Amino acid sequence: MSDTSLAMTGDAGAPEELRFYVAEEHHPENGTLLGFWLYLMSDCLIFACLFAAYGVLGRSYAGGPTGAEVLELPAVAVNTSLLLLSSITYGFAMLEMQRNRQRGTLIWLAVTGLLGAGFIGLELREFAHLIALGDGPQRSAFLSSFFTLVGTHGLHVTFGIVWLVTLMVQIRKKGLISANKRRLMCLSMFWHFLDVVWIGVFSFVYLMGVLP
Amino acid sequence: MSKSPDLTTLIFGRLTWDAIPLHVPILLWTFIAVMLGAVAVLGALTYFRLWGYLWREWFTSIDHKKIGIMYIVLGLVMLLRGFADAIMMRLQQAISFGHSVGYLPPEHYDQIFTAHGVIMILFVAMPLVTGIMNYVVPLQIGARDVAFPFLNNFSFWMTTAGALLVMMSLFVGEFARTGWLAYPPLSGIAQSPDVGVDYYIWALQIAGVGTLLSGINLLVTIVKMRAPGMRLMKMPMFVWTALCTNVLIVAAFPVLTAVLALLALDRYVGTNFFTTVLGGNAMMYVNLIWIWGHPEVYILILPAFGIFSEVVPTFSRKRLFGYASMVYASVVITVLAYLVWLHHFFTMGSGASVNSFFGITTMIISIPTGAKLFNWLFTMYRGRITFEVPMLWTIAFMVTFTLGGMTGVMLAVPPADFALHNSLFLVAHFHNVIIGGVLFGLFAGINFWFPKAFGFRLDPFWGKCSFWFWVTGFYFAFMPLYVLGMMGVTRRLSHFDDPSLQIWFQIAAFGAVLIALGILCMLIQFYVSFRRREALRDHTGDPWDARTLEWSTSSPPPVYNFAFTPQIHDTDAWWQMKQHNYRRPVDGFLAIHMPKNTGAGIILAGISMVFGFAMIWHMWLLVALSFLALLVVAIGHTFNYERDYYIPADEVTRVEALRTEQLASHV
Amino acid sequence: MSAHTDVQHGHDDEHDHDDGASHATLRGYLTGFVLAAILTIIPFWLVMSGGFEKSSTTAIVVLAFATVQIVVHVIYFLHMDTKSQGGWNMLALIFTLVLVVITLSGSIWIMYHLNHNMMPSMMQDPRNLP
Repeated sequence: MSDTSLAMTGDAGAPEELRFYVAEEHHPENGTLLGFWLYLMSDCLIFACLFAAYGVLGRSYAGGPTGAEVLELPAVAVNTSLLLLSSITYGFAMLEMQRNRQRGTLIWLAVTGLLGAGFIGLELREFAHLIALGDGPQRSAFLSSFFTLVGTHGLHVTFGIVWLVTLMVQIRKKGLISANKRRLMCLSMFWHFLDVVWIGVFSFVYLMGVLP
Repeated sequence: MSKSPDLTTLIFGRLTWDAIPLHVPILLWTFIAVMLGAVAVLGALTYFRLWGYLWREWFTSIDHKKIGIMYIVLGLVMLLRGFADAIMMRLQQAISFGHSVGYLPPEHYDQIFTAHGVIMILFVAMPLVTGIMNYVVPLQIGARDVAFPFLNNFSFWMTTAGALLVMMSLFVGEFARTGWLAYPPLSGIAQSPDVGVDYYIWALQIAGVGTLLSGINLLVTIVKMRAPGMRLMKMPMFVWTALCTNVLIVAAFPVLTAVLALLALDRYVGTNFFTTVLGGNAMMYVNLIWIWGHPEVYILILPAFGIFSEVVPTFSRKRLFGYASMVYASVVITVLAYLVWLHHFFTMGSGASVNSFFGITTMIISIPTGAKLFNWLFTMYRGRITFEVPMLWTIAFMVTFTLGGMTGVMLAVPPADFALHNSLFLVAHFHNVIIGGVLFGLFAGINFWFPKAFGFRLDPFWGKCSFWFWVTGFYFAFMPLYVLGMMGVTRRLSHFDDPSLQIWFQIAAFGAVLIALGILCMLIQFYVSFRRREALRDHTGDPWDARTLEWSTSSPPPVYNFAFTPQIHDTDAWWQMKQHNYRRPVDGFLAIHMPKNTGAGIILAGISMVFGFAMIWHMWLLVALSFLALLVVAIGHTFNYERDYYIPADEVTRVEALRTEQLASHV
Repeated sequence: MSAHTDVQHGHDDEHDHDDGASHATLRGYLTGFVLAAILTIIPFWLVMSGGFEKSSTTAIVVLAFATVQIVVHVIYFLHMDTKSQGGWNMLALIFTLVLVVITLSGSIWIMYHLNHNMMPSMMQDPRNLP
């Protein structure tokens, strides 16, 4: 049996003229935003495992305190609003960036960073309080999975703040060049992604954790 | 010196002279031999003044071709280590019967089988697979490099850092004695208080970062950087399987990272995820790690399928049969890979409903896999087959892998699994699919693409020697294990009481010796081919009369791969170009935009390795310092905005003129 | 593509180029914020005021609100639509969500049955779990 592609061209007699190369300069699209999105998806799966661990172990109190006893919803409500506010302030920074206003971008970024720092501060306060009571991550599987899930999210926010500060320095140095804009967009995705994870945390861990 | 103990602990953690196994003769002599070898290599590098060359041209290179080659070298070096472990185990099991206890004490034997599994999967198969994908994918899609060249270099060095940590555990401290997946509670701090499991955790975590980033990198490369005209359904089959594999990597490795982090927390912080007290649940670890572990085996086999899908059409002189069905089969395997993980622990007691669900999904996977096998067979059917070395490996694969697949379906039946679980039957099964599938595929790939990478073919005689030793060795080594497994012999034993079993282990050991000869022949093959390189030279860039784009450029390809970006009209792009009497452009070249080399990757990975080592030995001062250094260097690197340059048009013209000359003199 | 699109390799240069990211608007952010605030307040209020009689009902309602809020965030803050990055972003997101569901529900299902079969006495009262 002859090769199909051979047969195809053979039948056509004189094969039509096909161009096999691009004679001008060819630039593929930039892949940074897609790549960063894929990274976020992989991060999402790390959180999925931590959620699964909490889902399985979250009621293993081992005679220790239950969720209803240790989780303080008012504090979490404040924390949630801080993070939600920081999401919209980051949005404002992006809007300023789109208008190429460096000053406005930096101001909104700073506000976002401060809100994030406030979130971290409150979370650390909650952790310190629990540990002081003897209800640290070693106490029971419930507390292990609680501290790990909430702590991993907090660690991400902390790195987000470090990144944000770095980016502010870079914008001051280089201005709103396209490389910096792309980085701002990546951090934007990161920041909003952490917000999405937090929705899972406050619903699944805090709100459902205090239910009997 | 009353204050010194605290300071010593702060600096050295729990590392003392006792950790260096000077009192274990076998390790001492290995250590001396390795050190002598290392001194010889380093001395030679210094003598021939190769350090600068290596640093500039290789270590800091962001060229996907060089990184791919470095991955493959890493994989082959680690293959020697992993195989040394294997043959030691075979020897021990062949002689350790009745009164004879063999030559390996149990705690040493346990480290060997753990190291063997970890190394073979994560530091042999993974680097070889990633290396071939790195080398071939950009060439097959007509790109000049990957999407993130710096990350590519960084990924490679992270993988190497992980491998180095495993190697270090040979001589500084010890490795885990837990089996390759380190199940708790055995791997918990109560049962394994020493550094073995910590080596395991940090080696895998550091290498895992590299694997994940390289997965993202290749995904974006395939999505964004295909040559114009190459729609998804016109991608070469290897690119498709690489796409599926990298989807699996990006979606599976985070799970490994998470579960190892939880185990590390249990060990370092005292949390209770997988402990036997305070609400911990060790089964949760088994559940989570197999959510990674099962996709992992498809990560390995899919690229091998891709390699066969390139080799079979090339050496059958036919278009690949059933291209679309191949694509769908790969995608279906990708998705199903996430729905079968429980078949690794049917016996744990989830009950009938759960077990039957996972048993059925497991059996379903054999359907797309079978479809692939038939496609290769139909491609060969009435083709003009030439039995070059890559084709030989492919045929051996088809037979061997089918056998392994069938024993897999046996294990997928929960009641059968209850009898065969944890037996040598299982060991025989997964070696059957991993050696017969992944490794044979990788050897086919290495023989197939070697001329592209180095400009000369591999010597076929020694290739065939290696092939026959490997294949017969494989059957001698693993068929007896099926028999033993059927008789109920469990895995991971260093001593047996029943002398009637001994003959089977001796046959298996003989098989391992044959495989050793196969590996030796492969090394000779590399050496002989290098000596005979002028006779084996490939002047055309297309030594096999092949079909895909990578064969349209010179062997080895220029830095920029293609002087002009190719325009694609067909799946077998290069074949179509040849049919249309394609004429290479010889003038009108333009300057080419390329990324610059950078040392940041190797430096960051080096610091990560130090960080891992410090964590393993509880050297808290070093932990803090290396973490800080990591942060500073990483942030510092982001301040570098000048990351690329132009290759001037004159230079491109000069390189292409040389190629024109070479082609003219050898047609 | 215009003559000066972005450079290859994801590297930086001065050319401005739309990377395929949708442009945000003030209106979009504010809509998202208001919706998110409402979707946060309701479940908090529900749980803090005692919730429904059966806690499983409350849990389902909380999860439902969470799901809707996640969708709101993804649309209004992450600007996700079927066109961004040629649909690959959406494809990746859907695939990831499927895997998240598999991981979560699979783990809980498997571990529930394991506990049920292997330590039934302790299943009576979770507080007694070792």
